[in-house]
Amino acid sequence: MLAGRFPLLAGASLEVREGEVVHLRGPNGAGKTSLLKVLAGLLAVHSGEATVLGRDLVADRRAVRREVGMLGHESFLYEELTVEENLLFAVRATRGAVTGITPVLEQFGFGVRLAGLPLGRCSAGQRRRAALAVLVARRARLWLLDEPHAGLDQDGRDLLDELLGSSRAAGRTVVFASHELDRAEAIADRVVYLAGGRVVEPPQLDEPQEAASQSLPARDGSPAIAGSESKAAAHVA
Amino acid sequence: MSTSKPSMPSSRAVVATQALGVAAITTVAATVWLGLVVTPPDEFMGNLVRLLYVHPPMAWVAFLAYGVSALASLLYLWPRTRAEHFDRLAGASAEVGVVFTGLTLVSGSIWGRPTWGAWWVWDPLLTTTALLFVLYLGYLAVRRVPGEFQARARRSAIVALVAFVDVPIVYLSVEWWRSLHQAPTVLNPTTHKTYVHGSMAWTLLLGFVAFTLVYIWLVAHRYRLAELQDLEDTAGLEMALAERRSEGMA
Amino acid sequence: MLRDAVLVAGKDLRIEMRSRVGLNQVGPFAIAVLLLFGLALGPDRRELAPASAGLFWVAVLLSTILAVQRSYAIESADAARDGLRLSGLDPAGIFLGKAGAVAAQLLVLEAALTVGVALLYGTHLSGAVVLVAACAVGTVGLSAVGTLYGVVASGLRTRETLLPLLFLPVVAPVLLAATKAWDAAIAGTPGRADSWLDVLVVFAVLYLAIGTVAFGPLLEDE
Repeated sequence: MLAGRFPLLAGASLEVREGEVVHLRGPNGAGKTSLLKVLAGLLAVHSGEATVLGRDLVADRRAVRREVGMLGHESFLYEELTVEENLLFAVRATRGAVTGITPVLEQFGFGVRLAGLPLGRCSAGQRRRAALAVLVARRARLWLLDEPHAGLDQDGRDLLDELLGSSRAAGRTVVFASHELDRAEAIADRVVYLAGGRVVEPPQLDEPQEAASQSLPARDGSPAIAGSESKAAAHVA
Repeated sequence: MSTSKPSMPSSRAVVATQALGVAAITTVAATVWLGLVVTPPDEFMGNLVRLLYVHPPMAWVAFLAYGVSALASLLYLWPRTRAEHFDRLAGASAEVGVVFTGLTLVSGSIWGRPTWGAWWVWDPLLTTTALLFVLYLGYLAVRRVPGEFQARARRSAIVALVAFVDVPIVYLSVEWWRSLHQAPTVLNPTTHKTYVHGSMAWTLLLGFVAFTLVYIWLVAHRYRLAELQDLEDTAGLEMALAERRSEGMA
Repeated sequence: MLRDAVLVAGKDLRIEMRSRVGLNQVGPFAIAVLLLFGLALGPDRRELAPASAGLFWVAVLLSTILAVQRSYAIESADAARDGLRLSGLDPAGIFLGKAGAVAAQLLVLEAALTVGVALLYGTHLSGAVVLVAACAVGTVGLSAVGTLYGVVASGLRTRETLLPLLFLPVVAPVLLAATKAWDAAIAGTPGRADSWLDVLVVFAVLYLAIGTVAFGPLLEDE
């Protein structure tokens, strides 16, 4: 994961189980966004391994994209299309069922009038909600969220927390980066700390367990590995 | 992908390059001497024929350089032969090639002025060469965009091939286009041939050899420069990696 | 792949219909080019008319650049490529869809330009079949090359200046062949346009094929 000649991630080791909600924490520039992009198959893995939803990212980065949903700083939506049209496009792109859109629109508070509004005319909060709606409508199995609470109004934030909370039941895995520690703490199953491009132990713990050096192994959704991992990545109050 | 880790050149390589350099200089000097002094002026063209000893060889190198660049690009893209040195070769060859293309255009223009009465005619070869020049410049512009090595190499390789495929089409189109128009003056501009014999033929041949040697020598050095640059970048990367990791410790 | 192509083309065209940038900006740009040529080459129509085929096609080439830049500008600004990549669409489909949308817009533009040329330069248009055929096939080739180079340029900071530099030399044969075909049609000898139309077809097929294959890797590079 190199931007120019600058290594964005320099040895991050991570394992996430299906249905988990993981909170990425760390100072700015720690590589949280980069890690999310790697998991989405957007950035190339230069050394080590990465398996997401059972697919090997090193071999083929593209394969995983239909099942992954990402919410970044940019919204990846089209300003000129309405909320509904944006959803339709996104769902059709993943070969999903178009019929599922209407309930999603309702769930996110997009009534008939609002759904027919071009995105450019919507408020920033409505746009973020629309982006979330796309994630739900696409039935993405893995959500990668970069500062998801930012830009959402109060209702939107509650809705987001609700969605994140019901992830396990919905069979959804979530990895999100957020500076909003209170909310994150309430919804996350566990916390992973990133600093200087690697996964590190949380500051308060004593054992300086070194993360792996050159590689980036990340296994997602593999139920086989259980016990050992949850101990190594305890979260901190 | 095999990453050829750049390092100090073997003494064999150094000697070989030096020998090449010597050979190149000698043949060029010989060509100049033969071309300017020994060979006689042509019956029709007079002293202008002496440009014959340099212009076609330069054109040959211009197209050769492009061919090498395209081939190296193809080899880089092909998974089984992917290697960093092909990307470097493609870039080095293109830089040398653009220089020779420019020289070809200038020498062609110099020849054209007294011959055809104009600094430029829309001769198929000359026009194709001019377009080749601009294609080269586009390729070099793409190479110059900063970015991660593999991404840049792949992007440049594809651009090189896309443009390379176009060259025969351009040539054929211009050829067709030209044939519709009457040749303007006494000498048919599409003919770069004039009856060469004796010492002129040998000089011409020597010219081809000389310029090809110069090309190889220049590419070797440009390649080496690129290698050193990448070495510096890699060292910088390793330092940056170390720094990044220490960020986490603090 | 084709499903994705239709989806993307539909999306691009719908955005164009809403925003009308093609209508409001690219169209007037093309007309302006025609006018400027008129100013440059003098008011005497006897000089303009014979050149009208070439001038028409130069205007089309320049307009293609704008149309392609617009095609990529609508993809969520800075994250243009990320959005397309995350969508999960087949890259070859994205290529064909975008090229198709650009081609469709160009064809409409060409219809308007044809009227413009007849009006401004006093060209007598004849051989309509050849004129239309050249437009159709030539435009496909232009859109393919434009969309392909467009994705190269879209991720880069120098995109506005890089795209014309890459695009124009490569499509020189299209300019040549299409102009000759139009010349033949206008001169009343449409039969002579055949070999030129062949060149256009070869070019279009070649670059559609190249684009379909090369678009994916170019989109991915990051």
